[in-house]
Amino acid sequence: MGKSLYQKVWDAHTVGTIADGRTQLFIGTHLIHEVTSPQAFGMLRDLGLKVKFPQRTFATVDHIVPTIDQDAPQDPLAAEMMQALRKNADDFGVTYFDLASGKQGIVHVVGPEQGITQPGTTIACGDSHTATHGAFGAIAFGIGTTQVRDVLATQTLALEELRVRRIEVSGDLAPGVYAKDVILHIIRLLGAKGGIGYAYEYAGDVFDRMSMEERMTVCNMSIEGGARCGYVNPDAKTVAYLHGRPYVDMSDFSATAARWLSFASDADAHFDDIVRINAADIEPTVTWGISPDHGISISENIPDPAKAKTPLEKASIEEALAYMKLDAGTPIKGVKIDVAFIGSCTNGRISDFREVAKYIQGHKVAPGVQALVVPGSQIVAIQCEQEGLPEIFRAAGFEWRGAGCSMCLAMNPDKLVGDQLCASSSNRNFKGRQGSSTGRTILMSPVMVAAAAISGSIADAREVFTIETRAAVA
Amino acid sequence: MALEPVPTVTGRAIFIPGADIDTDRIIPARFMKCVTFDGLGEFAFYDVRFDEHGVKTKHPLNDPRFAGASILVAGVNFGCGSSREHAPQSLRKYGFNGVIAESFAEIFYGNSTTLAMPCVMASPADVVAIRDAVEADPATEITIDVVNLRVRSSGGLDIPVTMPDSAREALLSGRWDPIQELLDSDAKIDAKARELHYV
Repeated sequence: MGKSLYQKVWDAHTVGTIADGRTQLFIGTHLIHEVTSPQAFGMLRDLGLKVKFPQRTFATVDHIVPTIDQDAPQDPLAAEMMQALRKNADDFGVTYFDLASGKQGIVHVVGPEQGITQPGTTIACGDSHTATHGAFGAIAFGIGTTQVRDVLATQTLALEELRVRRIEVSGDLAPGVYAKDVILHIIRLLGAKGGIGYAYEYAGDVFDRMSMEERMTVCNMSIEGGARCGYVNPDAKTVAYLHGRPYVDMSDFSATAARWLSFASDADAHFDDIVRINAADIEPTVTWGISPDHGISISENIPDPAKAKTPLEKASIEEALAYMKLDAGTPIKGVKIDVAFIGSCTNGRISDFREVAKYIQGHKVAPGVQALVVPGSQIVAIQCEQEGLPEIFRAAGFEWRGAGCSMCLAMNPDKLVGDQLCASSSNRNFKGRQGSSTGRTILMSPVMVAAAAISGSIADAREVFTIETRAAVA
Repeated sequence: MALEPVPTVTGRAIFIPGADIDTDRIIPARFMKCVTFDGLGEFAFYDVRFDEHGVKTKHPLNDPRFAGASILVAGVNFGCGSSREHAPQSLRKYGFNGVIAESFAEIFYGNSTTLAMPCVMASPADVVAIRDAVEADPATEITIDVVNLRVRSSGGLDIPVTMPDSAREALLSGRWDPIQELLDSDAKIDAKARELHYV
């Protein structure tokens, strides 16, 4: 029996077994940011340790960076964190893509665009959305800060091997159905805890046809389905995306590419579970509650606790509806919004902004709605500028901002106020996630966010815009 | 590094209702603007303990009957979402020494074990039994027995719980922080680095 990509990468990076039975796994690539790394460097200093392979750790600043006047945060705590990262990178010899580098951005956007993210590698970062890098056929996952210390000091982690669930999505996605809808649909089907103990392998012709950026959107939200990592097998598209990027060794590229492709799951690989999904069943999907698995299609009604199958489900729906201030059994379409946010490590890449820009010309953001557009990186921002996208967004009434995580988790000044409701292309609709303890989030694709911004309420983008066929998506 | 083994933890317990309690709920992101973990304890569950005006809510953590509880009892998928170690750090500093839940998110689980805070899984019915016992008498002492994988109460409850073998072994042998073991295989790490083309 053959091996899955997960097993191949795991085996290739196994150093040994520690006393409690866990594997000591080599982490080839380590990404860090300002929020979860300062304490780890503090631990290194306390223990008198150095960074073992400084050339394998890459830093950037994303979570707390303002999106206006980026290098001069008004918040002294934010300024202190940015200074701490500068000092730690300097003291320990770690590459730092800072604001002045022109390469700063959300760590999960920077890694791929620099070509640091490569197939057949292990990637760890003190951030649960590290699974994004799995789009390249890497085993990539989030870790805690003590583990950041472990990687800095030893380039290894103590880990349990995961089981692998293959999720096959086959058939054709309808126009107006995006990668975001695919992953929201998967999470809805399998649940927010369905992936605990699993790595998700996304396979089937839908993922085969997706661009690298669409694959990143899918892998990004693996953790919202409970899976610590998710991946797509590397193929010709993966190789083409990486060709010529700064951190790709071009000296013998065909050998490198062949090695990358060799990590793809074997045709007779063993999987612990297989789930098959029909692409035609996936509609534009939005959340209605406070967990990413609270998803419905845009044409469905908000769930009714009276129809819940178990007391637990009933309590869960009631809690969510009370927080969201939504009425059971009513359409989600038409729910008024206050804020629209396009950005994040889920949907803050060039193809996301291009796709939205195709539809918003001639439209205006509804009165009373604040609409923010935050590119995922400085490089994405420059690319957008070269293509004239900021002008298109501004003309439609959107605010165009600097790169960072911004209102996905609101550690910078971009926050909801009171119980504002935000149509968001981000990844989490948890209570208080967007910076206000009573703020409300409805997750959806960037084009659906734009449709909501223009309508002033949750809308079906297919009714607001004339959506082209999927072949046009970058 | 010789660490203290954690065979059992004992204390009064508090039930925190709700499925899928995420780490944003445990420690809201705005409190992560810090370069150390000191001081996180007072912000644990802040936005459910206080309303938007800073007034205490009816959350169980504000119920004086449960003041000083050191065992947290919860439902499914506790600790989901963000990988922030700030979450278990804030629980530890708030005064929690152990968690009993129907299930846990993985990253939270690993972070907690590394902080010597045992997390054990109980059946839904047993979580209800523990909840009922501590709510009927908040003075009830709950013991998480890592050696025998049982949870017992001073009122006579005795229920089976589970945890991964590796977490149990790490806690019982005082190896819950693996750094020394990882450092000890330095030569093997170098050999592996030479083997990998991209390192």
